[in-house]
Amino acid sequence: MTNLDATVADLGLGPPSRDPAPAERGPGRGRSRRYSLVAPSSALAHAGVFGKKAAGPALAVTYLSLLVLLPVAALITNAFSGGWHTFWAAVTQPEAVAALELTLIAALIVAIINSIAGLAIAFVLVRDDFKGKSVVSALIDLPFALPTIVAGLTLLALYGANSPFHLDLAGTRLGIGAALLFVTLPFCVRSVQPVLAELDAEIEDAASSLGATRRQVLRRILLPSVLPAVLAGAGLAFARAVGEFGSVVLISGNIPFKTEVASSWIFSLSQSDALPAASAVSIVLVLISLLVLLGIGWARRRFDVPDTV
Amino acid sequence: MQTRSPHPSTPGARSGPSRRALGRGLGLAALAAAPLGLLAVPTAAGAQTGGSVNLVAYSTPKPAYTTLGADFAKTNSGAGVTVAGSFGPSGTQATSVVDGLPADVVNFSLEPDMAKLVKAGLVSSTWDKSATKGIVTDSIVSFIVRPGNPKHITSWADLVKPGVGVITPNVFSSGSAKWNIMAAYGAELALGKTSAQAQTYLSQLLHNSVAQPSSASAALQTFLSGQGDVLLDYEDDALYAKSKGEALDIVTPPQTILIENPIAVTKTAGPSAKAFVTYLLSPAGQKVWGQQGYRPVLQSVAKQFHFPQPKTLFTIDHLGGWTAVNTKFFDPQTGIVAHVEQSLGVSTASG
Repeated sequence: MTNLDATVADLGLGPPSRDPAPAERGPGRGRSRRYSLVAPSSALAHAGVFGKKAAGPALAVTYLSLLVLLPVAALITNAFSGGWHTFWAAVTQPEAVAALELTLIAALIVAIINSIAGLAIAFVLVRDDFKGKSVVSALIDLPFALPTIVAGLTLLALYGANSPFHLDLAGTRLGIGAALLFVTLPFCVRSVQPVLAELDAEIEDAASSLGATRRQVLRRILLPSVLPAVLAGAGLAFARAVGEFGSVVLISGNIPFKTEVASSWIFSLSQSDALPAASAVSIVLVLISLLVLLGIGWARRRFDVPDTV
Repeated sequence: MQTRSPHPSTPGARSGPSRRALGRGLGLAALAAAPLGLLAVPTAAGAQTGGSVNLVAYSTPKPAYTTLGADFAKTNSGAGVTVAGSFGPSGTQATSVVDGLPADVVNFSLEPDMAKLVKAGLVSSTWDKSATKGIVTDSIVSFIVRPGNPKHITSWADLVKPGVGVITPNVFSSGSAKWNIMAAYGAELALGKTSAQAQTYLSQLLHNSVAQPSSASAALQTFLSGQGDVLLDYEDDALYAKSKGEALDIVTPPQTILIENPIAVTKTAGPSAKAFVTYLLSPAGQKVWGQQGYRPVLQSVAKQFHFPQPKTLFTIDHLGGWTAVNTKFFDPQTGIVAHVEQSLGVSTASG
């Protein structure tokens, strides 16, 4: 599943763009470009400093081919090794359809919830000063470091039948949601945080002094600036949620048609010597994810261009 | 890795290099696969002269092998030999060996996994012609219940009563689950039911399942977390958990299946590996297995232990043998269990 994760994440959205709206708006411009390690393509095309245009893309494509396209090619070869008929039978099997539906819907909901929560947390971390802030900030990344199966065991102990909070989510779809919220939060916080940090507070002050209300500042200045980053985080969270296995599989109870996620069904197929079927379902999962990620990317570009300030 | 969604201005530039890269990538894949296949052979052959035996086994006997490996090293034939074990889900382990994981001795949960190696030409097709028919340990499918058995679960009929939460791993990912399902099915036949009635029973059993974890160990974790009333499990695994102080009771069903775990040496295995298997099947080795909760396959040793005797004990051969059963019941697309899950799933969705 790791390959799938990487594939989806990498084909879709990279790390947060550092030169969204604020860059277009004045003083922040030069600074933000200097800090970005890899300039987004639009910036790359215009920037004189990256004169050797051909070398960069060639290198990127080669690297990407080795890391991502190769496994994807192997996956496709596998999926169609039994012919089109076998592929179609595998992806239309009711249990596969049920698992795919559950996974994609859960991933979407989780991405939306964590985008909002992540924005709020990032805002607090950037704008507010409080004791222990650095510890809290470090805690955010914990779900990244924790082996997912350990996360699964921990969540089962917390939200299972013996929950200290009397909250029995084991074997329910809510349990799946809880696990996915846990593992995807870092994406949503970390993609927004640097953009918020680079936002010049002076612009907001200027807006306020020109008579803008708090609400107007939020709607006209803050949100448009961070929205691309929020969407980037949502995309990453969605991709991770789609491929997640370890943290979900214990608390979900893995009951077919009810709480069986796609990665678990794919694992079962691979264990049953049905590798072509496993690959086929994976491809559908990756394809639908890709479409969602492309949609998010499209939305990001739309919001990248602010109509008014 | 800053690949964003395709930029509208450069669609042609993107597809060109990627397609070329795809071809290059496939070529590289072939190149990469070749040395992997070659590597496996010298490593396995190296074990013949070296003092190390590569053991690839399913997950439950891991603690037993720690003791067995140490005891083997104390014997004449095992002096100076170290046993390097790899443990994991039975099906995954078999696939890994086929894909090149070095192995001298292989021990699986069930026979179809050994068949994968025979098919790949790694294990002789006569592996099951030994005195114990290729089997190193026996066990049975048992019920694990909460301490004191509060739901009074003593028979298969008790498992399908309303309000009883059953945990059995997912049959498509767990060898243990296949034993459980065949134990349930065979028990119904032993009770005089027809095969159609036995299939209805399977449907009722899975209807009562509150979790179908991906492996036997995940199932035990789920049960120990407080979910469910009864867990179907290997008797040896249950005994091991109990010996570790876990709060559970073991109920031996009146009718159950005799679990038989196959062992074999690979074709490239050296004398040390063969000596290790001989030791595992010797009275000394079988006694260690017995102490670890497994039922010894040597009757002389089995007599020294007092494992509970179910009223009716049947084997997989009574139900048609693994080759037939595996396709008939456990094909993820056409098997009986797939149909049962599907009809349960449809009724859940509509009701």
